[in-house]
Formats: sequence, C-alpha cells, structure tokens
Amino acid sequence: MANLKEIRSRMTSVKTTRQVTSAMKMVSAAKLRRAQEAIIQIRPYATKLYEILGNLSQNVDSGEDNPYSVDRGENKILLVVINSNRGLCGGFNSNVNKVVSNLLAGKFSSQFQSGNLHLLAIGKNAFDFLRRRNYKVTHKNELYNNLDFDHVSPVAEQIMTDYVSGKYDRVFLIYNQFKNAATQTLMMEQFLPILEQEESKKTNNNIDYIFEPSKEKIVSELIPKSLKIQFYRALLDSHAAEHGARMTAMHQATDNATGLLRELNLVYNKARQAAITNEILEIVSGAEALKG
Amino acid sequence: MKIEIITPDKKVYSGKVKSVQVPGTDGSFQVLKNHAPLISTLGKGKIKVVEEDNNELFFDVEQGVIEVKNNKLILLAEKI
Repeated sequence: MANLKEIRSRMTSVKTTRQVTSAMKMVSAAKLRRAQEAIIQIRPYATKLYEILGNLSQNVDSGEDNPYSVDRGENKILLVVINSNRGLCGGFNSNVNKVVSNLLAGKFSSQFQSGNLHLLAIGKNAFDFLRRRNYKVTHKNELYNNLDFDHVSPVAEQIMTDYVSGKYDRVFLIYNQFKNAATQTLMMEQFLPILEQEESKKTNNNIDYIFEPSKEKIVSELIPKSLKIQFYRALLDSHAAEHGARMTAMHQATDNATGLLRELNLVYNKARQAAITNEILEIVSGAEALKG
Repeated sequence: MKIEIITPDKKVYSGKVKSVQVPGTDGSFQVLKNHAPLISTLGKGKIKVVEEDNNELFFDVEQGVIEVKNNKLILLAEKI
C-alpha cells in the first residue's frame, strides 16, 4: 500500500488542478456569452444585406462580369485555417489541423508539391502546427486581440484583391462552426470564387426602385461587402466555438478531477486504517509477550 | 417613418424620425416621409437624422448602402 504522505500530496495537487479547471470553465462561460452576442449582433446586418441584394438581383443579370465569381480552375489555392491562439479546448484545434494535413496529403497534394498552395493561419495553434512541418505559412494571429469588423475587413480585402489579381484561383475557409456550447461542426467553405446560389424564393412584390448611382454599381459594391461579412462571420463562429469547446473540456476535466479525488480519498482512508490496525496489533502482541 | 442604422458590430440607431440626410455616392440627399422606393450606395460623410421632436443627431459614415421602402429605412454602414 502506498504511503500516506504520498497520497496526501497527490490529493493536494489534484485539488489545485480542479480549482484551475473550474476557474477556466467560468471564464470561458463568460467569454462564450460575449462571443455569442457578437454573432447575434451581426445577424441583422447580414440578413438585411442579403435582402437588399435579393431585391436587386431580381432585375439584374448578376454575375456576368463579376470579378469574384471567375472560375480559373484549381491551380493556385489558398487555405485559410482558422482555429485559436490558446490550447486546452479539447479537440477544437487538432480537428482543424487534422483536416488541413489530410487535404495537403490528399486532395491538394499536387498543388502542394508544386508550391501553388498557400496557407494563411488565423490562430497561433494552426500556425505552430503548420510551421513545425516546415510548410510555408503566413499568419494573422493578432486578429484575436481585437476581434471586430474594422480589423477583420482589411484581411478579407487583401485576400479578395489577391484573388482578383490572379494570385489565387480558389480560396477556402476551414473553421469550426458554432452549433451550441457543446458542439462544433468543422466546416470547409469555398470563399472564392462565389458559388452560384439557387434563387429559390422570389418575392413577387416587384417594387419599382430608384437606383443611385446604378444597379450595376450598387451590385458591384454590395458583393464585396457580403464577402467581407461572410469572412467575418466565419471568424466570429470560430471564436464562439472555441470558448464553447473550452468550456466543455474544462467541465469534463473538473468532473474527472472530482472522481479522482474521491478514489484517492478512499485509498487514503484504507491506508490510514491499515496503519492503525498494524500499530494496535504491535501493541497488543507486545503486551501479550510481557504477560507470558 | 422608421429608420434602422446597422453596422456589422452593432445596431447604432433605430427609431422614428422626421427626415434623414445621407451622403449618397452621387451627392448628398434627404429622405422625407413617403419617399419613393430607393436603393443607393453611400460615400464618406455625415448622416443627419431629425427625430420627431426635432432633435438632430449626426453620424459619421464611411461606405454604406441605404434602402427606402414603405416609409422604412434601412441603412447599412461599414463604419460609424
């Protein structure tokens, strides 16, 4: 049986770990709420933007000379890998990393070998993972310090201009989508070129709008806007998912620590009892020997 | 006449107003009650909102779009 002091010191260390994990759970819960609010804030903007775009596209033949929907094949590819700057959030980071390395080994291996595949990491974890494998990778980790539209839109703009200038033929976003606090879905989304969307619901109330300066100009201004919103939303989604994942991971860790502590307590008590029994036995047998 | 001013980060303003003056790409214009349906892009400039009690509010805007429909205004701005 392990000695008492050893068990006691293990119990204290488990206790402190439990304190840390439960504190981290609280922090993540608070941050998750804020991240969720940010997603809710962006929703009215996004829906109104799509509404206006929908109203416009009813009478405009969109996409004819839209520079963001030109399909040039799959030669030069940019993967935007979005995960987090910090660890301790379960499978959140590694799921993303796994998908990326699978893509590099499988679907995009030819582009990768010929050096036509670029990687942009948003999140220190993805950056470190890719750099450790000696891949050429740039990063935008500092975005997480101030996650708002002002800071995110220049990054999206840069990607969009690079796409238009022909530096990339396809741009993909790989990120965790926020479902609820406990679940995230891994998404791989084609950011550029824009995929044709089926216009399923056509509202019949054809209103005769006045357009200023012109329909085409408005459409050409709104499309980049909606792209930036899409990019920003992916980041916000990932951010909320990160905190959700961390909260669940820390909750589990706290539960585990509690279970471990209970077991240790049992072992400790048994060891203590055995020691006492031993001592009594010694005394009794000593007294017995004296009597004789 | 109702107006909503929205940015990607938050809802900046919403309420009932008398008139709104916005910096359109082709020049500044004013929207009053019963304006015809309109969609316009906005340039850099000031939005002037006159509330029902003649209270005047100003917002700086940089790029945006405004939709006017049935006395409902939706103003989407990138920066306020």
